[in-house]
Amino acid sequence: MYLSTITISLRPSILDVQGKAVELGIHTLGLSAVSNVRIGKSIHMNVEASSEEEAKRITEEACKKLLANTVMEDFSFTVKKI
Amino acid sequence: MSISKLKFGVVVFPGSNCDHDAYHATKHVLHQDAEFLWHKDTDLKDSDVIILPGGFSYGDYLRTGAIARFSPIMNEVIQFANNGGVVIGICNGFQVLCESGLLPGVLMRNASLLFACKHLSIRVEHNDSRYTSKIKAGDVLNIPIAHGDGNYFAEHDIIKSLEDQQQILFRYCDTEGKISSESNPNGSVNNIAGIMNGNGNVMGMMPHPERACESELGSSDGKKIFESIINSFILQTV
Repeated sequence: MYLSTITISLRPSILDVQGKAVELGIHTLGLSAVSNVRIGKSIHMNVEASSEEEAKRITEEACKKLLANTVMEDFSFTVKKI
Repeated sequence: MSISKLKFGVVVFPGSNCDHDAYHATKHVLHQDAEFLWHKDTDLKDSDVIILPGGFSYGDYLRTGAIARFSPIMNEVIQFANNGGVVIGICNGFQVLCESGLLPGVLMRNASLLFACKHLSIRVEHNDSRYTSKIKAGDVLNIPIAHGDGNYFAEHDIIKSLEDQQQILFRYCDTEGKISSESNPNGSVNNIAGIMNGNGNVMGMMPHPERACESELGSSDGKKIFESIINSFILQTV
């Protein structure tokens, strides 16, 4: 069994309006050092696979076909044997 | 010559909430046949036109329309569309069409981050389509919107192709038909409110024509879009 940890974020070229709003909130706290806030998703899932390569292949297929919309989002992931 | 009534098949996903509006508009206002199609069904029941209605299918989980796209009935809808069948997606239905690849692009979160629920104006870009044939190019329709994710986006080359091929049917505008950032409720590229595919048999729009088919509801402009669709079948038959 493998644990896949997936990060999905808006592509850099796309304005992240949620990130902008949150950045404003952080600045209101007085933390003016913070910039470029981007909001994404973190998805964790167990994958039954016989090898790390197979776990990666299954995770990538799930990302491409459902978890991320590559018109607007990028994804990256790690897999770890559990 | 006369033709029998068209049959509108209204898909019902868990979380659809404009399915009854679409059914009412097509059946009771436009006097066509209409039938609900449950998302787990695999039979389009001889529908002439499929409507993917507005709502919050699957709670909008993950992304709007992302999970509805995998409902069993969507295999049939995609096959129907690929064979030239007429499919229209309204609001959440537009999002499902984009997620399923039947229309290009994606509907992102409104730029304002606010859920936009109001009547507004959309301009009909041309009437060389089965959705606008009964409307004059440049006419302004009063149609409501109700969405949080209506910010249409696609890569520059796709937008250019949509523009060049006249696939953009509706744009957000002011009451005079002027396109501006002030009249854009959600940040959509080029004020896009509705598009069709290259073959013209699949159309998606964020505004709700089915909620604007009776003057008692504030506007009957939406009826013109359904009348255009009905008319396109009559023309085919003649």
